Amino acid sequence: MPYLDSDHDVVIDRDALRSRIPGWGADLDPAVRPSVPKERRDLSTGAHWSIPESQPELHPRERSIEHGMLPPVFGTVAPLHGVSGAVRRLAYARYSEGRAVHWLLLVLGDRIDAWGSHFRSLVDGSPDNPFTESGVLGEPRMRPLASRFGRGRADLRHVWLDPVVFVGPVVILATIAGIRALTKR
Amino acid sequence: MQAMVYRGPYKVRVEEKDIPRIEHPNDAIVRVTRAAICGSDLHLYHGMMPDTRVGTTFGHEFIGVVHEVGPSVENLRVGDRVMVPFNIYCGTCYFCARGLYSNCHNVNPNATAVGGIYGYSHTCGGYDGGQAEFVRVPLADVGPSIIPDWLHEEDAVLLTDALATGYFGAQLGEISEGDTVVVFGAGPVGLFAARSAWFMGAGRVIVVDHLNYRLQKAQDFAFAETVNFNELDDIVVELKKRTDWLGADVVIDAVGAEADGNLLQHVTSSKFKLQGGSPVALNWAIDSVRKGGTVSVMGAYGPLFSAVKFGDAMNKGLTIRTNQAPAKRQWPRLFEHIQSGHFSPRDIITHRVPLEHIAEGYHMFSSKLDDCIKTVITTDGV
Repeated sequence: MPYLDSDHDVVIDRDALRSRIPGWGADLDPAVRPSVPKERRDLSTGAHWSIPESQPELHPRERSIEHGMLPPVFGTVAPLHGVSGAVRRLAYARYSEGRAVHWLLLVLGDRIDAWGSHFRSLVDGSPDNPFTESGVLGEPRMRPLASRFGRGRADLRHVWLDPVVFVGPVVILATIAGIRALTKR
Repeated sequence: MQAMVYRGPYKVRVEEKDIPRIEHPNDAIVRVTRAAICGSDLHLYHGMMPDTRVGTTFGHEFIGVVHEVGPSVENLRVGDRVMVPFNIYCGTCYFCARGLYSNCHNVNPNATAVGGIYGYSHTCGGYDGGQAEFVRVPLADVGPSIIPDWLHEEDAVLLTDALATGYFGAQLGEISEGDTVVVFGAGPVGLFAARSAWFMGAGRVIVVDHLNYRLQKAQDFAFAETVNFNELDDIVVELKKRTDWLGADVVIDAVGAEADGNLLQHVTSSKFKLQGGSPVALNWAIDSVRKGGTVSVMGAYGPLFSAVKFGDAMNKGLTIRTNQAPAKRQWPRLFEHIQSGHFSPRDIITHRVPLEHIAEGYHMFSSKLDDCIKTVITTDGV
C-alpha cells in the first residue's frame, strides 16, 4: 500500500539535522518569520507623513489609466520622445494594464527606441559598438568553450538565436545605410 | 559620473551621465560603493520587460554612502553608509501600512500592478538604478538603513534583494517541520531559498537546475539534494519518485521568466517576447508539488500573459503564493541569522567586476560562463 505508507509522515531526526545544518529549525516557529502574517499594521517605517509631499512635475509624466492621479513620487529618467515616445504615450493614454495591447505597444516602443538609438548613435559621435557593448570581448577570460560544451546545458539548444536577436538590428541598419550610400552616388 | 547605460537588447555600455539631483524633498543622493547584477536584470538586458528605455541605468542591488540629502530627510546624514532595499516605497499608503512595501501605490505612475524598483524599467516607475557611481534614492527616510559596523559590505549588498527574496520565498512556502521542499533554480535566490528552508524546519531540500556547477553550490552552500533536469527524461516523474509518488509539500520557483527545459516556451518568451515569461519552472512546480501543497513563486515574470497550467493548480487544490519581497522587512531576522553564524551569504559570490567592465559582466552572467553565480560590481577600481 504505497500511497498510505508515505515518507511524508516519517518523524525527522532533529538533532541530526541541527548538527549537519547550522541554524536548522531556528525559524520553526512562524512567529519569528518576518513576513508572517502577510499583512501587519504594527511595523515602523520611518515615514513622517501621511501622504508624501508631491514631487514637482516638471515635464508631463505619463501614467497608467488605472491610477486616479499622478502618484506623488516618480522616476524622471529617459522621458518620452520621438516615435517610440508616441507609441508608448498611446499605450499609457488609451489602454489599461489589463489589456494585452497596452504591453504589446510598450514592447513595440522598446524596439523602435532601440533601433532609433542605434541609428542616432551613428551620427551623434558615440556610435554603438556591438563588440564592446555585448561584452563578448571578455570571452577569452571566461573559459568560453569549457563553460559551454560537454556540460549538458539545456540553454545551448537556443543559443543560436541570440545572434539573431542581437545582430538583427545591426544588419538591417547596415543594409539601410548601404542602400542610402549607393543611391546617393 | 560613470554609469551603466542600456542600449538595446544584449547591449550595455558605460557612459558619462550627470550626477542625479534632489527631485523630491525626501530624496537622497547616494554614492554607490558596491552593486550587483541580479538574475532579474537579465530580463531587462534581454529586452523582455516592457518599457525598458534606452539610456536608463539598471541596478536594484546596491549599497553606498549618503552624498546629499533633501530638505525633509530626517533619518540620514551625509556620510552615512547605507544599504538600500530594491523596493522604493512611501511607508504610509494602504499597502505600506500593512507591511506590503513592494506593493506601494505612491511611487509608480506607470503601473498599478507593481511598486517602484530601482533601475527596473518604466514599468517599475522609471527610476535609474545603482550600477553607477551615484543614484537618486527617493523617500530616503523610509527605504535605506545604516549598515551595521559588523556587517560585511558584500553581505549588505546581497541583503538588498537576493538574500531577502530567497528568505521571503521560503516563508511564502509556509514550511512546516519535516516538509520536503523543492527549489527550482540554483541561482542566488534559489540558493538562499534552499538555505532558508532549513531554518524553517524542512526535512528535505531538493534543488533542480541544469547547470552542474550551480547544483554543486546547492550541495555545498545549501546542503541540498540536487537534480539536473537535463539529464532526465521527465523531471516531474523524478520528483514524484523521490517523494513517495505524492509530490513535494512545498515547491519554490526561483527561476522566472527565462526558464529552460521547453524550447517552445523559452523561445516564445525570451527570444520573441510573445509571453510575459517562460513558465516552464512554474508548470513543473505545479506538477511536482503534492495535492494541497504550496507553490511559492519568487521568479520574476513580465506583465504579459504566460501559458501556465492553471487547471492542474486548481484541481490539485494548491496554494500559490507570490510577491516581490518587501526586502527591508526581512533584514532584522536575517541580521540575527548572520550574526549567529548560521551562514555567510557572500559565499555565493563568484565574480567581482569593475563598473567600466560591466558589459562583460552582463555577458558572462547571461551566458553562464566561468561558473558565474553572482557578480558584484565595484565602483572604486577594485
